[in-house]
This record gives sequence, C-alpha cells and structure tokens, in this order.
Amino acid sequence: MSPTRRDFLKATTSTAAALAVGQQLTTALGAEARIALAQTLPAPAADAAVIDLANEALNAARGAGASYADVRIGRYRRQSVATRERQVAGVSDSESYGLGVRTIVNGSWGFAATSVMTRAGAQAAAREAVVMSRAARAVQRRPVELAPVKPVTGTWITPVTRDPLEVPLEDKVALLLATNEAALKVGNVRFVNSSLALLREVKTLLTSEGTNVTQTMIRVGPFFSATAIAANDFQSYEEELAPRGSGWEYVESLNMPGNAERWASLAAEKLKAKTVDAGQYDLILEPTNLWLTIHESIGHPTELDRAIGEEANYAGTSFVAPPEKVIGQLQYGPPIMNIQADRTQDGSLSRVAWDDEGVPADQWLIVEKGVFKDYQTTREQVARIQKLTGVTRSHGCSFAESWNAVQFQRMPNISLLPGDKDLGVNDIVAATERGILIRNRGSWSIDHQRYNFQFSGQAFYEVRNGKIAGMLRDVAYQSNTPVFWRSMDMLGGKSSYWMGGAFNDGKGEPSQINSVSHGCVPARFRNVTILNTARSS
Amino acid sequence: MAQSPGPSLSSSQLLTREQAKALADRVLAMSKADQTRVVIVSTWSGNTRFADASITTSGGVTDTSLTVIVAIGRRQASSSTNVLDEAALKRTVDLAIQLARLSPEDPELMPELGPQTYQTVNAFVESTADLDPEARASAVRRTITAATAAGKPAGQIFTAGYLEANARATAVATSGGLFAYHRSTDTDYSVTARTPDGTGSGWARAGARDWNAIDAASIGRIAAQKAVASRNPQTIEPGLYTAVLEPQAVNDLIPLLANALAARSADEGRSPFSKTGGGNRIGEKVIDERVTLYSDPMDRGMLAPPFDVQGLPVGRTVWIEKGVLRNLAYTRFWAQKQGARPTGAPLAGGLALTGGTKSTEEIIAGCTRGILVTHFFYIRSLDPRTVLQTGLTRDGTFLIENGKITRSLKNFRWNESPLLMLNRLEDIGRPEPTEAGRMMPALRVRDFNFTSLSDAV
Repeated sequence: MSPTRRDFLKATTSTAAALAVGQQLTTALGAEARIALAQTLPAPAADAAVIDLANEALNAARGAGASYADVRIGRYRRQSVATRERQVAGVSDSESYGLGVRTIVNGSWGFAATSVMTRAGAQAAAREAVVMSRAARAVQRRPVELAPVKPVTGTWITPVTRDPLEVPLEDKVALLLATNEAALKVGNVRFVNSSLALLREVKTLLTSEGTNVTQTMIRVGPFFSATAIAANDFQSYEEELAPRGSGWEYVESLNMPGNAERWASLAAEKLKAKTVDAGQYDLILEPTNLWLTIHESIGHPTELDRAIGEEANYAGTSFVAPPEKVIGQLQYGPPIMNIQADRTQDGSLSRVAWDDEGVPADQWLIVEKGVFKDYQTTREQVARIQKLTGVTRSHGCSFAESWNAVQFQRMPNISLLPGDKDLGVNDIVAATERGILIRNRGSWSIDHQRYNFQFSGQAFYEVRNGKIAGMLRDVAYQSNTPVFWRSMDMLGGKSSYWMGGAFNDGKGEPSQINSVSHGCVPARFRNVTILNTARSS
Repeated sequence: MAQSPGPSLSSSQLLTREQAKALADRVLAMSKADQTRVVIVSTWSGNTRFADASITTSGGVTDTSLTVIVAIGRRQASSSTNVLDEAALKRTVDLAIQLARLSPEDPELMPELGPQTYQTVNAFVESTADLDPEARASAVRRTITAATAAGKPAGQIFTAGYLEANARATAVATSGGLFAYHRSTDTDYSVTARTPDGTGSGWARAGARDWNAIDAASIGRIAAQKAVASRNPQTIEPGLYTAVLEPQAVNDLIPLLANALAARSADEGRSPFSKTGGGNRIGEKVIDERVTLYSDPMDRGMLAPPFDVQGLPVGRTVWIEKGVLRNLAYTRFWAQKQGARPTGAPLAGGLALTGGTKSTEEIIAGCTRGILVTHFFYIRSLDPRTVLQTGLTRDGTFLIENGKITRSLKNFRWNESPLLMLNRLEDIGRPEPTEAGRMMPALRVRDFNFTSLSDAV
C-alpha cells in the first residue's frame, strides 16, 4: 500500500489526503468534487453490540468447522420522494437491518443471512452457512482459494457535507414541486415526473482473518422527465441527472427548478423534430450518453466471472475471453483509448475504502492505449489470471447489495480517460461533415457476450458541415463492440469530462443491484448504423 | 462449543396467520393517524448456484419486513422496517406520521378499505418450502449428470445454473378492519449448457409452486441437447421471417404487453390502447381473434395471491377475449373516477395466454420455413406508442425447413412489438407453465422483425 493510499484510508475528515488520491481525475471533476470535499462529515464507528454479534457469528462458524468466515452487518436506510405535476406521488422511508455470514469448509462456499439480530440468531445463521458449505462439497470441482489480504481496522464515510436523510422532507418536496411547476410552463408539456432516491448504508465487516471495518455509504439519485402531448403523438424527455456518491449539496448544485423549463422544452421540441433517415453516420456521443455505452460494452465484458463462465446462466459470458488469449493481446480500440477502473474516485457511486472482503480500494487500467490489460477481480479470482497479469492482489471488486445477499464480483467505476488535446464537444461537431449527436441515455440493449448493442438517447441532433442542423427523433445506434470502439477517432479533453452512473445495475442469481459511475468525455465514432425506431416494425 | 437452540433458518419461521394478525394489530394500535395500513411480508429463500461443475454460491435467507402506510387527512406517507421490536415499530409508525404531516395533500388519495372477502388460494407447497441445501445440491448433481451424458457428442459440456426455492407469507391490515393473509411458495430452476468448442449454447428452465413438478434431470438434458444442436451456427440475412417462439420466449414478451394495459395511460393518450380523439379502446379488436389473455389467482396453473398490497381482492380479469380488449387495469382511484371496477395490476393475478391446443413440436412441424427461438435476452422498450421492443435471441436459435429443424443459426437482434406480433399469428400452442403464476403457449408468428446479427454464442 502506498503512503498516499494509507493516508487516504485514515482521512475520514481530512480533505487534503483525499484530494491526493483522485490523481488525474480530480482535476477533471472540477467544481463538484471540490464541493464534496469542503467540510465532510465524520465517519461513525460501529456499535459495540454490532461487533459482539459479528464475533458471535464468527465464533459459531469456526466452531462448526469453517476454515474461513466473514460476517457483514448492514443497516440500510432508503428514502424516496416522488412527485408528478403538482402533487406528491409517494413518500417512503425504509430501514433494513440484518446479518450475513459467508463460510468456507473444505474449499466450498456457504452463505446464510437473518434479520433475527440476537446472539442465537447470529449463531444460527453461522451454522446454517456451514451446512450450506458442507452441502456444496457434493458438487465441487475446484476448491476456493483466496488471495492474501492484510487484515485492516478502520472506519470510512462517503465525503459529504450534508447527509441527505437529515434534510427536512419539506425542502425535498418543495424542490421537486418547484421543478415540476417550471416544467409545466412549457406548452404541450402535460406530464412531469421528478423524484429523489436517497440512501445511507452502514456496513460492518469482520473476517476470521482479523479485518474489522465499518463504512457509511451515502448516495443520491435525482430524476426528471417531461412528456409533451400532441394530437395522436407523445414524446418524453429525461434529463440525465447522474446519481452520485454525494450528499445533499450535489442535489442542490443541479438547480433542478432553474433548469426544468429548458429540459421540458426539449420534450415539446421533439414533437416537431424531423424523424431520422436510417443509414450510416458519424456519431458524436456526449458523456451523458456515452457513459452507459462504456458500462455495457466495456464494464460488463471485463468482469472476470463472466469471462470464466460463472454468469453464463444469467447475464451471459464475454467476448473478452478466454483470459490467456486476450490479456495484453485484444485490440479493444484505438491507441487514444484508455479505460480506468477506480474505486477511489470522488463523488462516484462505487467509491469505498474497502470492498466486502476488506480489500483496499484500487485504481488500475482495464484498457491501455487501446489494448485490453486486466479484468475486475475479487480475492478468489486472483489465482485464475495472476500468471497472465502479474497482479497478485484482488482489485477489490467484491460487493453485496445488502446484508441478505452474498458478496460477489461487481463492477467498480470504469471510465474513459480524457484525450491529450483539450477538445470540447463543439470542436468535435466543427470537425464533422455528416453526423448525429446524441445526448442522455435512452433505450439500451446488448447481447449476452457483449457484441451486438443497440442504444438510443433523449435528444438527437443532425450535424452537417460542422454545425448543428436541427433536432431529430426516433434515433437508435446499433453496432458491434470491437468494431464500434475501433472506429473512435476523436476524444474530448479534460475539461469536457463528466461522470454518469447507474443506481441499479443488475447481475447474479439471485439478482443483486450495484451502483456504479462511469466518467467520460465526448467522443466521435465513424460510420455507425443508425436505425429509425418509429419505422422499425 | 455450547450451542444454544437458536431459531433455525427455514420456512418454518414464516409468520402464521395468527402471528401476522397479532403483529399488525400491535402496529395499528400504535398509530394515531386518521387511517393506517400495515403490510407484512415474511420470507424464506434458499438458493444454489453452480458453474463448471462446482457450486459457486449457496445461500439461505429469512426476513420479515413491515410497512406502515398512514394518512392524515389527504396526506399520506409510508415507512418500513425489518426490526420488529417495540421501539423500532414505534419509531417506524412515528416516522410515517411525521412524513405524512410534511407531505402535501394528495387529491387522489383513496380511503383505506374495510373488511373484504377473499378467495382461498392454496399456493403453499411443502415440497418447495422444505427444499434444503442437501436436496438442492442433489438436484444439481442430477442435472449435471444428465447434461454431461446428453452433451457427450460435443465433448465435455460446460453447465451453469441456478435453483431457488421461496416461501412467503403476506398480510395486509387496515384501521378500517381489513385483514388479509396469504402464503405461497415458488421454485425456479434454469440451466445453461455450453459446448467446449465455444460455438454451442443451450438453455432450459422450469418454474412452479411445487418443487415436485420440476424434473432436474430433464432441464439438464434439454439444455445440453440444445447446446449440441446449436454448434457451428450459420449466418442468414436479417429480415422478416416466420418465427416459432417456444413458451419461454413468449413468456419473455407477453408480460410487456400487460404493462401497457394501465387504464389511466390509455385514457390519458399515452398508450397503444388510447383511442384517437380521447378515451380507450375497450370493445375494439386489438389482436388475433383466437387469442385470450387473462389473470386469475384461482387458476390451477397460476395460484396467484388473491389480494394486492392495498388488500383489494384480486379476481379473474379477462384483459383480451378472443382478440377484443375487454378490460384495462384500473387503480382504485382511476376506477372510481371512470366508473369502472378496480382490478389491481395486470400481473397481480397471474397471467395466461390461451387459444390453442398444439404442442411446441406440432407448431414446429407446421412451419414451412422459419426461425425457432428458445428464449430472448435484454429486452428494452423502444416506443411505448406501439409497445415496440428490442432484444436478442439466445441459447438455441434454429432454422426450420419443411417442419424440421435443419440448421443452427447465429443469434439475432430483433425489433418487434408483442402487440403487433399478436396480429400476425399463424398458430398458437397450448398454454404451458413457464414460471410460477404464468401459463404461456408456443406461437408461430409471421414476419417477425430480425434486424441484425449477433456474434454472441
């Protein structure tokens, strides 16, 4: 562990050390990152009762024969406020508290979880996990091997200046209703939805190897959409309000009431937009659209569990496989393409200090100068590719959505790094003869090995001879992942970097959600197939 | 080590009717709100996941969560918790009341329901509730053994799969005197088989309320047979082809149509069931006249909960009868406003598509030239006005010529609407159980829109 990282892990209240870690991206993130680091809240420690229960479960697991055990105790608080037009559609608040135990017996995993938070409940869960491990021995070709990790003790909290759950509900409702009121000023706009999803997760992890950490994760997810109606037609527009690992200060920085009229006017404008002529175009993707393409076509295929078949029955496998044929060899894209995985990035959704195996947060390159370099890993996966990558540590990608779900490999923040020249989207438009520019995410779909994808957006513009020539509608782009990325020929610079994200990325059986951010710059892709979705059927 | 007799993690921990009633009454008594509703969900879940002949995760979870919905005047809010001690319950009730006081008035708020009469649905099956880790591991072994044997022609077949069993007790109680309680089980088992050369992939799935209805060996065998047959897929030009959709593929599409059945969206001009010039299309022919789409909790093939989260009784609703739109899904508010019967959500009472009697094999045999689809993947909406969707085929896509499967095909992306598709039907199979609460047939559809090729196996 570098001195920088050690400082970072201690830096629950200090801003200076956290700033040192973001490295090249902190500058790119700019103002928002600095807001988040202004006067952050201190990281709470675990209750003594929580530590007692966790120890009770650890002892019971060892007593029942586990060679390794970890216990996660989580207290999750989720609040949502949803409005439509001039009324509140729903206010809800939920709390979930419980304990999950994972065990290894003779190289087999077991997991059990309970909300009965007593000593007896903790012991029962631990014993049940061991029963699971023993039953799993019946079908076990390859025993589990965990890469070493140094035991760690500490606390951490998402750097926020204001816990969104402590903000009075009146303020939240007022903000959303003011947003809707502004949107309803636009002619033809009849329906408006706005909402806030707010989370605080307090998670304590104890392992039989001596790790004892408590982390508090805070996330906010704002949403806005407007629907405009005309005779026999309707069009919606969703603004790309990125969810973040941030506090209330981030929600305020979006100025939803001040921007809503402009956002809503795009729904009305879409009613009059020209329907697209299907064909091949140069495609300019704003970061508000490109982040999801990165998520689907780079994030998921570089999950090691997919590459080795463990997700075959659900999310699928990966074209980035087998590892021995792609690491250091697969040409993912052009030399200007660098993809970084990062669990330390300010404001990002998957930022933590340690993952759900107690592995310190990491930052590493997935694609370097266009060539595939490394996967996302957990402790048990390291041995699979260690000889190929030379990396002997887990990259810290173990995560469970809740105390009642087993941790497994989940995506960290995965971002497209800025180009050398500080170009903005306008520079890319100016350099494009015939193209389409797309903003925000629309419909998205990709196959189970992550080759064929089809994505849409919220606002589409025709580009002619270096200028925006008007709005289009019914646009989707369809391509093949390697073909698409290899066609990328222009990249925005540092000052055009923006971070989008997904609150609810699903994977695994039973399906679990993960929150993950993707930073990127605008980029241009040559000769991409554009479909007209209104005429497609 | 001394082991105290702690609670065991099994379906026996589910709240009984009496326990749920007592808990609900305690919480109702704590609330000083004008109206209060309590929803209790008590669950047990056991699961086993495997890949490459190894169980990768195996888990058991028990939990009970309680949601309090309160109204003060027309102001409503909810709060939930799974901490069930006196202090936590009080805190949850108080928080809901506090949130409600802060919420603006909801002009659409409906009063909580009083006592209701429900049909009794016996959806709880011991064989599912008792499916312990050893029994699940043993089922996985049977599956792998059958898949390995059926996969022999391709070499050492790779299998990955997931088996889960759930037991659930749900209770709803209101300050108006309503109390509803229902217990159910469900189990779902799916398996993917892949050939060692990486060119073939097959899949099979079964779901039911009763574990005894699931044949673990058969799921493995079908997945492996499909994998072997799907090796070395060939390319045909994307375009409009007759498609034979297996029941699981139909199960992927039809529920998306159900989501378009909301009455309010139709009446407000935001749905394919909106009438030009206002109102909805009830009474109009919207799909092929052979097809009927309905929900019915009492139907033996579905056995769905007989009430929704408001305690509203859910009965049989025929959405589309012989091609004619008969009903839309009315919330209580919208039903009152429009003078209609509240139905609950379209999927609340299960979902069945009927109209034919043939087996999937007979549907294939009647096809001169077409594409057989095992199931679909990553379906997303493209245009809510036509329920147009995009997605991909997966794990066994074949060419049918003169009633026989002749070749394995590369997977396709498609852009198609379940609604428009049901107007291009050539033939309909008999409804088969596809998952707990669903009955879907195989369909043969003319001019299914396969739009591009996918390299994914």
